[in-house]
Amino acid sequence: MLENQDLLISSLELQAKEIRKDLITTFFKGHGGHFGGCLSPIDVLTALYFHTMKIDPKNPKLPDRDRFILSKGHASVGLDCVLSAAGYFPKEWLDKYGSLDAPITTHPDMHRTPGVEMSTGSLGHGICVAVGMALAAKKDNLKHRVFSLIGDGETDEGSVWEAAMTAAHFKLDNLIVITDNNQLSMDGPICDILSLEPLEEKWQSFGWAVRRIDGHNMKEIVDTLDAIPFEPGKPSQIIARTIKGKGLKLAEGLSSWHYGSLSEVDMQKAIRELDGE
Amino acid sequence: MMQPEHITIAGFKTLGSRDAYGVALVALGKAYPNLYVLTADCTSSVRAELFAKEFPERLINVGIAEQNLVSIAAGLAIEGKLPFVTGFAMVMSMRACEQVRSDIAYPKLNVKIIGTHSGLSMGPSGTSHHCTEDIAIMRSMANMTVVVPADGLETARAAYAMAAWDGPVYMRLGRSFENTVSDFDYSFELGKAVVVREGSDVTLIACGEAVFSALEAAKILAAENLSSRVLNMHTIKPIDQDAIRRAALETAGIVSVEVHNIFGGLGSAISEVVAEECLCPVRKIGVPDIFAGTGTAELLREKLGITPKAIANAAKTLIELKKSRVR
Repeated sequence: MLENQDLLISSLELQAKEIRKDLITTFFKGHGGHFGGCLSPIDVLTALYFHTMKIDPKNPKLPDRDRFILSKGHASVGLDCVLSAAGYFPKEWLDKYGSLDAPITTHPDMHRTPGVEMSTGSLGHGICVAVGMALAAKKDNLKHRVFSLIGDGETDEGSVWEAAMTAAHFKLDNLIVITDNNQLSMDGPICDILSLEPLEEKWQSFGWAVRRIDGHNMKEIVDTLDAIPFEPGKPSQIIARTIKGKGLKLAEGLSSWHYGSLSEVDMQKAIRELDGE
Repeated sequence: MMQPEHITIAGFKTLGSRDAYGVALVALGKAYPNLYVLTADCTSSVRAELFAKEFPERLINVGIAEQNLVSIAAGLAIEGKLPFVTGFAMVMSMRACEQVRSDIAYPKLNVKIIGTHSGLSMGPSGTSHHCTEDIAIMRSMANMTVVVPADGLETARAAYAMAAWDGPVYMRLGRSFENTVSDFDYSFELGKAVVVREGSDVTLIACGEAVFSALEAAKILAAENLSSRVLNMHTIKPIDQDAIRRAALETAGIVSVEVHNIFGGLGSAISEVVAEECLCPVRKIGVPDIFAGTGTAELLREKLGITPKAIANAAKTLIELKKSRVR
């Protein structure tokens, strides 16, 4: 059992690394992108698509599939790299990023990219849409789950808390929201701009079952996702402590890399650094 | 499927737009098993309690949280439900504006937004509860159809058409009983204006409760031997360009009437067609770009000059203008 678990974790870690390389290459070819916020949730996204979620990349509308809504929409290209690795569309599509009306978009477009459930981009919307989808499932007595990834800066938006109250009120234990807690937004550290802490207690007081994890520890991510729902009758919240820009050393922990561009030299160095791990 | 013939004049003639909507919802709920009604703590105000009684599982009340309300509707639509999101016009068009635009209009989800208590119908409650901007806001969104039924009977027809229409629709309703103007046999079609009175000297184009005011103005003009064509332009978007074109070419000009700001609503939409194709003078009767004040809806309309007398005077000005040019 232990051996299988070790193999699982190692393979997910390897997959996450490959996805990070795809992301860095894609942003280099497209002359820039949301490096910071796309890199930080890659480990969580990899665990979701390669372990936790019931999906069929060849049939993106599989009726009883688990759903995922990227509420922090600017992580779109990160999601697209995960989707292409999972087989929703050919990897060559990633090269189209940056061109006119491309299927790889800065913010998700549900009508262009197979596997994308909802078009998002403006913060605070996706989690509410996820609540709607989870509610629909409960109404129809369906057993699939709805996952959503929000940013910690995104949690400033009032609509996030409207969604939080609604999910608890309707006992949506088929809803799992993960906060990409990379602690930085565009202007700097979120503790300086609008403090969120104590974040765990906030979600708990809103009626959610909450766990806090290291968002780059694949074993912790997997163990936590395996335990959902944390409490019957309550939506689940996973606050994943991450590093903005994780995997691109020159960007790690810097709010200035919310959006940036890489030189070819830096890109090649970054790929080598990832391979050297 | 709810058929138009089920919408009888006898059945709906005595109902205002809000009440007619509530009754129509029940019939639509039977015809469309995936129809859900969403409200933000205003179930009774938007007359959804009949639907709630009949189909309690399909009434979703999210509390006073309109942004969440609209996004939840998007989620339901993705899962194959037919959401009718109903709330006060000012919060549906403004508080939840971005959600309507980005979560419904942009991805073209099949969600209907219904804004009640529009215009100055909330009179004494004041500006915070008036809504004289919603037509302008909604028609500026791509993929959005905008319909303003004139009375209860037309509201039932519009609700049916809206349910059968694939895509985002905004329907603007009032609060009180609107005088009946639709009690004759016509085919309600989204995008097609209704000729409620034939005429040739001048054209009065109105929407919603203002259609009745336009008809009253036509009577004043008739008493002075002036013949006016009155159009009920219930669909602001897509607007009936043909009807406008004919009015511009065949009559002295157009007086537009709405209980909405003169900037951005029906009058502006008409002016856009006229300016591009077939110049004729357009006089806009509406809220003259001010916040109206407080008072009953009737007193406020008087104060702002949205009255049959003002409409008739504007029409006479256009007729005079044409005569002076022809001389």
